[in-house]
Amino acid sequence: MRVYATARTAFKALRRNPMRAMLTTLGIVIGVGAVIAMMEIGAGSSAALKKTIASMGANVLVIQPGTAASGGVSFGAGSTTNLTPEDSQAILRECPAIRNATPMVRARTQVVYGNRNWVPNAMYGTTPAYLAVQNWSNLAEGEPFSDRDVLNSNRVCLLGQTLVRELFEGVSPVGKDIRIKNIAFRVIGVLAPKGANMMGMDQDDIILAPWTTIKYRVTGTSLTSANQSTDSTASTAVNTLSNRYPATQGTLYPAQDSVQQSDNPMPVRFANIDSIMAAANSSEEISLAIEQITGVLRERHHLRPDEPDDFSIRDMAELTKTLSTTTTLMTNLLLAVAMISLVVGGVGIMNIMLVSVTERTREIGLRMAVGARGRDILRQFLVEAVVLCLTGGAMGIVLGHGGSLLVKLLLHWPVETSPTAIAAAVLVSAGVGIIFGFYPAWKASRLDPIEALRYE
Amino acid sequence: MELIKLRGIEKTYQMGDISVPVLKGISLSIKRGELLALTGSSGSGKSTLMNILGCLDRPTAGEYWLDGQEISQLSTDERALLRNRKLGFVFQSFNLLARTSAIDNVAMPLAYSAENLNDREARERAAEMLMRVGLADRLDHYPSQLSGGQQQRVAIARALINRPPVLFADEPTGNLDSKTSEEVLQMFERLNTEDGITIIMVTHDPKVAGHAKRVIRLHDGLILDDAPTAGSNSENSGEAS
Ligand SMILES: Nc1ncnc2c1ncn2[C@@H]1O[C@H](COP(=O)(O)OP(=O)(O)OP(=O)(O)O)[C@@H](O)[C@H]1O
Ligand SMILES: [Mg+2]
Repeated sequence: MRVYATARTAFKALRRNPMRAMLTTLGIVIGVGAVIAMMEIGAGSSAALKKTIASMGANVLVIQPGTAASGGVSFGAGSTTNLTPEDSQAILRECPAIRNATPMVRARTQVVYGNRNWVPNAMYGTTPAYLAVQNWSNLAEGEPFSDRDVLNSNRVCLLGQTLVRELFEGVSPVGKDIRIKNIAFRVIGVLAPKGANMMGMDQDDIILAPWTTIKYRVTGTSLTSANQSTDSTASTAVNTLSNRYPATQGTLYPAQDSVQQSDNPMPVRFANIDSIMAAANSSEEISLAIEQITGVLRERHHLRPDEPDDFSIRDMAELTKTLSTTTTLMTNLLLAVAMISLVVGGVGIMNIMLVSVTERTREIGLRMAVGARGRDILRQFLVEAVVLCLTGGAMGIVLGHGGSLLVKLLLHWPVETSPTAIAAAVLVSAGVGIIFGFYPAWKASRLDPIEALRYE
Repeated sequence: MELIKLRGIEKTYQMGDISVPVLKGISLSIKRGELLALTGSSGSGKSTLMNILGCLDRPTAGEYWLDGQEISQLSTDERALLRNRKLGFVFQSFNLLARTSAIDNVAMPLAYSAENLNDREARERAAEMLMRVGLADRLDHYPSQLSGGQQQRVAIARALINRPPVLFADEPTGNLDSKTSEEVLQMFERLNTEDGITIIMVTHDPKVAGHAKRVIRLHDGLILDDAPTAGSNSENSGEAS
């Protein structure tokens, strides 16, 4: 018997009891619906995650000075100062796996405009290459500073969206002057909005300036601390203990005013920077890039083979891998729950098919009497179960897709249609039909025609 | 030429430790074109013999030639094929598929035939069969919309759809009143004389048996007597003995 004819017979048999067919297939409908919704929501989340990772700078490596240790006491990462801008240039020059590299100087201090002030989360002294490393080259307004600005320690800066909002209340800041540590910086550009990163940190709360300017004019002005808040002596007045353990040190030299300072930058033999940010060509080349950077820096720092690295390289890939593993894990867990409901649906199918076989014993006997072989009966009931499951699967796909669209509309959850999920749902529901339909069909095929015909 | 030949057919049911002999050595031969009735008291083994003749069951011992082929040792699948091609069945309780139209009921055995007719051919053939049993105007009726006699005629059409040489009927009139029984029996006679179909029916109603040309009486698993009926001509009965 041809499959098409068998399928039609199956449809006719199911149409004889449409309500029961509906209820039987409900388990499959819900199971497949859940699988589809889970896969679509999962795919949406991981796509959103990928976008966030890309915004954090894909394939970015951060090179920090190594730990300083004195007599077994470690001072933590970044406590030595042995990275130089020349290291950054050498990395860019000598590591083929590196697309771009830029020196970084960090500061944290107050920014003032008019009567408003703000302490940005990130104040980076860097080079124009930073924007390339971060894939952030499209400015919302104005233009980036140049390498000449870096050479001349020009007092120019780029603002992130949050600063524009906080200091300028949305008015275009380009061409205006802001003050950092009482030094005027000309705003020459505004960065494009980037949003929060994976840890929920605002990536737009940022100010970028030439690293030479930040290094020599901003952090250089305060020898005690780069953090303006600890400069304040206000707290000591309240804290009586501070009389016994003074937090502030007496100044040994007369204080310079800012004009004196900017006129006489501190004589530095070699400029050290806080870190180097480098971008690998691709995520596949990250480990190669790490190897190459290690080689270059060890050579430049004259380390003997038995000496440990005096720098450390962090790569975002680790972090992003962890995060995407977590989402994948969650999706898989939910998928497993959905699968369980599919199995439950399959058991429902098996149950009803068994009832159906018992009910139709006489029909089976009759079919056998007119020449149906065991395998014809087996096929008929198997096809019936599969048709039932596929119908349920189709309804489940519609339901699941509708559900995920609803989630997108109402909860604004990222959702992505996944053809793989639909194909998988079709296969899985056919599979459930075959697996759970087999036993009842096999039972039907083993009936004895005489007994079956006599069955009441 | 003999269509059916039985020699020493025995059937013993095994009920746990006890064996129940039902047929105790049946030998008979049936020619093409006979109209034969199997009678006997209840429990004499008529249905059992019928199931063996209809290839639904295997004898415990003995030989069975159908159309020149020894079939008592055929496998289940081979017997199914044989039933499809050569045998038709009519049951006491009609056994039509519920919620399935008359024409679909009649066409059902075609699904298992080797002929592989397409949909249109199958419907044409089924309609032709229904016409032959006088139900040309009831093609799309469901069994619940047909009278008992009409249902049995649908069942006869179904039994004939594969054009088998032999038709088996176990108590075909058992569920019918005397008037419709008469109709069904006349149909059997017509099929027998016009189309030459061999018909073997089981009955314990002497009136029904009276329509047959030959009556075999069973008693306790053995043939009690085997004789042509008074109504049939001597030429036929002579061959039968
Ligand atoms: N599957 C079986 N297992 C055991 N014994 C059986 C089985 N089928 C039939 N028998 C026995 O075989 C005997 C004959 O049964 P059968 O059905 O052939 O009788 P019958 O002549 O058709 O009677 P009736 O006129 O009442 O239909 C009965 O005694 C019955 O109990
Ligand atoms: Mg009987």
